[in-house]
Amino acid sequence: MEFKSRDFSDAARVLKIRGLKVGLAGRPEAAPVIDGIDLDIRAGETHCLVGESGSGKSVTSLAIMGLLPRGALEVRGGSIDLEGVEITQASAAEMRGLRAMRLSMIFQEPMTALNPVLRVGEQIEEVLNMHTDLSAADARQRTLDIMEQVHLPDVERIYRAFPHQLSGGQRQRIMIAMALVLDPHLLIADEPTTALDVTTQLQILKLIAELQARKGTALLFITHDMGVVAEIADTVSVMQNGRIVERAPIHELLTAPKEDYTRKLLTAVPTLAPRAARPDARGGDVLKVADLEMVYGGGGVLRRGGGVTAASEVSFAIGPGRTLGIVGESGSGKSTVARCIMRLIDPTGGAVHVAGTEISRLPRRSLRPHRKHLQIVFQDPYRSLNPRWTVARSLCEGPINFGTPRAEALAHAAELMEIVGLPRDALRRYPHQFSGGQRQRIAIARAVAMKPDLLVADEAVSALDVSVQAQVLDLLDDVQAKFGIAMLFITHDLRVAAQICDEVLVMQKGRVVEHGPAANVLSDPHHAYTRTLIEAAPGRHWDFANFRALDTAPAPGPKGETA
Amino acid sequence: MAKASPSRQSAFHVLTGLFSLPAGARLGIGPTIAAAILLGIVAASVCAPLYVPYDPLAMDSLSRLRPPSDAHLLGTDQYGRDIFSRVMTGGRVSLLIGVGAALVSVGLGLAIGLVAGFFRAADGLIMRIMDSLMAIPAILLAIALVALNGPSLGSVIIAITIPEVPRVVRLVRSVVLTAREEPYVEAAIALGSSMPKILIQHLMPNTLAPLIVQGTYICASAILIEAILSFLGAGVSTEIPTWGNIMAEGRSYFQIKPGMIFWPGLLLSLCILAINLLGDTARDLLDPRLKKREG
Repeated sequence: MEFKSRDFSDAARVLKIRGLKVGLAGRPEAAPVIDGIDLDIRAGETHCLVGESGSGKSVTSLAIMGLLPRGALEVRGGSIDLEGVEITQASAAEMRGLRAMRLSMIFQEPMTALNPVLRVGEQIEEVLNMHTDLSAADARQRTLDIMEQVHLPDVERIYRAFPHQLSGGQRQRIMIAMALVLDPHLLIADEPTTALDVTTQLQILKLIAELQARKGTALLFITHDMGVVAEIADTVSVMQNGRIVERAPIHELLTAPKEDYTRKLLTAVPTLAPRAARPDARGGDVLKVADLEMVYGGGGVLRRGGGVTAASEVSFAIGPGRTLGIVGESGSGKSTVARCIMRLIDPTGGAVHVAGTEISRLPRRSLRPHRKHLQIVFQDPYRSLNPRWTVARSLCEGPINFGTPRAEALAHAAELMEIVGLPRDALRRYPHQFSGGQRQRIAIARAVAMKPDLLVADEAVSALDVSVQAQVLDLLDDVQAKFGIAMLFITHDLRVAAQICDEVLVMQKGRVVEHGPAANVLSDPHHAYTRTLIEAAPGRHWDFANFRALDTAPAPGPKGETA
Repeated sequence: MAKASPSRQSAFHVLTGLFSLPAGARLGIGPTIAAAILLGIVAASVCAPLYVPYDPLAMDSLSRLRPPSDAHLLGTDQYGRDIFSRVMTGGRVSLLIGVGAALVSVGLGLAIGLVAGFFRAADGLIMRIMDSLMAIPAILLAIALVALNGPSLGSVIIAITIPEVPRVVRLVRSVVLTAREEPYVEAAIALGSSMPKILIQHLMPNTLAPLIVQGTYICASAILIEAILSFLGAGVSTEIPTWGNIMAEGRSYFQIKPGMIFWPGLLLSLCILAINLLGDTARDLLDPRLKKREG
């Protein structure tokens, strides 16, 4: 795999941070959020800031933009020097002059960063009107130019569009256009592709690299995704607890990391090499889905026909102890399939057999006894547990519904706590007292408490940091091995799918385009869409955990041998 | 992020957790004064029979329209009734109507709102009925009810409650509509919990915080509406003194005996001001945007 790792020692220094400290406002005794970091970025360089959530990456970017939330965070010391201007001392008026002209920023979520009631063209033009004396016609022309440069199609039409009329990728292009319209010297990109699908992410990364090369912009790129880092970085700084623990050119960092923390971060990145399928277990299928179809909105009395088909002709089966992954981009219908199987929504066609019973047509009341066979773990650990309930109450809810005496359910809950690696006294606490990974463990315990035959994991590790993600994946594997549960694993992340799935099913626009053993689908894809997905996976040629290129890695063996 | 830390759950923590109150939230000086005033008025009104010197209905034709004196703290009215005794006793009915109307509206609104929010089939019908109820003006309804049934406490409470219920229903419904999409509610469905259990145990607690706030506003406006109704002669019977009908009777003697309007009016204003202030404080404290993740 090729890395950028260009040498910038001769280029002009755009940003120079020395000993920057940021702390909670009005609480000098509290631990600092940023604890004395140094950072240099030169013209044309891409500097990646990586770290897990809470490491201080975003606070660093806000400090550089002079956008620290007033009354919550404040600069305690150190200097931020942007081409000779000291940002920590700059007045609000000076900062306004610097923004857009000298430095600008792209945010993670383009939908919320754009004003929903203004046309996107006007929003770009507003930047010009604020900072330049261009005439209306010139400003409009310049806006259309920059929209061309970010490769938006049909710029005249998009100029007049509102944010909600554009796709996520187009919105992010608008954000980039807005940030670069005045040719700033420093561009800060805070997780700009995290909310996008992989194929869109690839396009946006290419676009940023292209514009940066053309304009010689210095780029501070904040991300948690090592794959993205491998694609675009020249230099990488690894942050942990408000400090930069390691800084190195990208190739050096990925091949020979010096710090334990960096090593730990890299080892946690799942490899794209698929696991070998486990032997097909004895016994029949736990879940059998045949020609599942879900059409939203069609066939009302007033609106005849013409609904939105979210899923159609979806068929697959899972045996006990095996994992089937459904991968696809947003809108591919993978979550719809999961929700149909769970009967959180009622499918409009097809059949779902769980433990031998066809449940897709059962009325709610007669469905309830079958609920204990199938359980679900959701994506967002902050919302999947009732915040007002103790962990014990959440864990006992299901068993008590099915007639288990409270004392027995509690005893079982205590055992489950140990299985998922949490202390027993966690039972008495409330969800807000746990971290995201711990909450996800609780959610898994709650599902397992029902002794289900099938566990549906709907993006269950997508909201977690990569090291926590690895632990939760291990836990799911353990639980599966211990109880022989069949698992349906919904994910958009091919790396995660490669690590945990025996079989993979690729969905696009509500249809299954490819289905087979993980090793076949991921290493030898037949469908063009699967190939596109795999090629778009950032850093796909690099085996992060083993610090080497993937091409030289041995052929995938059973889990444990490659690691 | 909040790190897990061992902590014991006291009853206080359970309570603050239930309403998402930031633990140790301090009241400002304004709300503290408001709470003191309100508590004072409530205690004085509830205990009125124990300490008022005269029967609030006892007439004395020999001492009519007396100025304040040792015998009559605030003087007497046109029938020689002791104004102090009447004002203090009158608070009982006013407050009873305020609290009663608030409880009935919140209770009915909560039940209807939960059903409307959770069962989509019932939603359209219920909300259209609520829309039409909202179109009924409280005061006209009260006059009509009193004309039909004669003046009574019940008629007044019903008249005040009917137009308030739809507001509560809308509030509860909107909370339920957002909460039912939460993954923990879907998880409960997957765990096989019955609909009533999900409604009461998972969804209802989400509505309590906004309901407490709404309840204080209903309480204040009910006290006010009762006063207006009594003033118009459509309230509870004149046999029972309330702040409203004391003021109504004082209207004709306003120039020689302003106290008949001033004292009940003062207590009424203070009471409503205090309740509204506490309602605002509760709203600020319960606002989810101020919710702390730390326990």
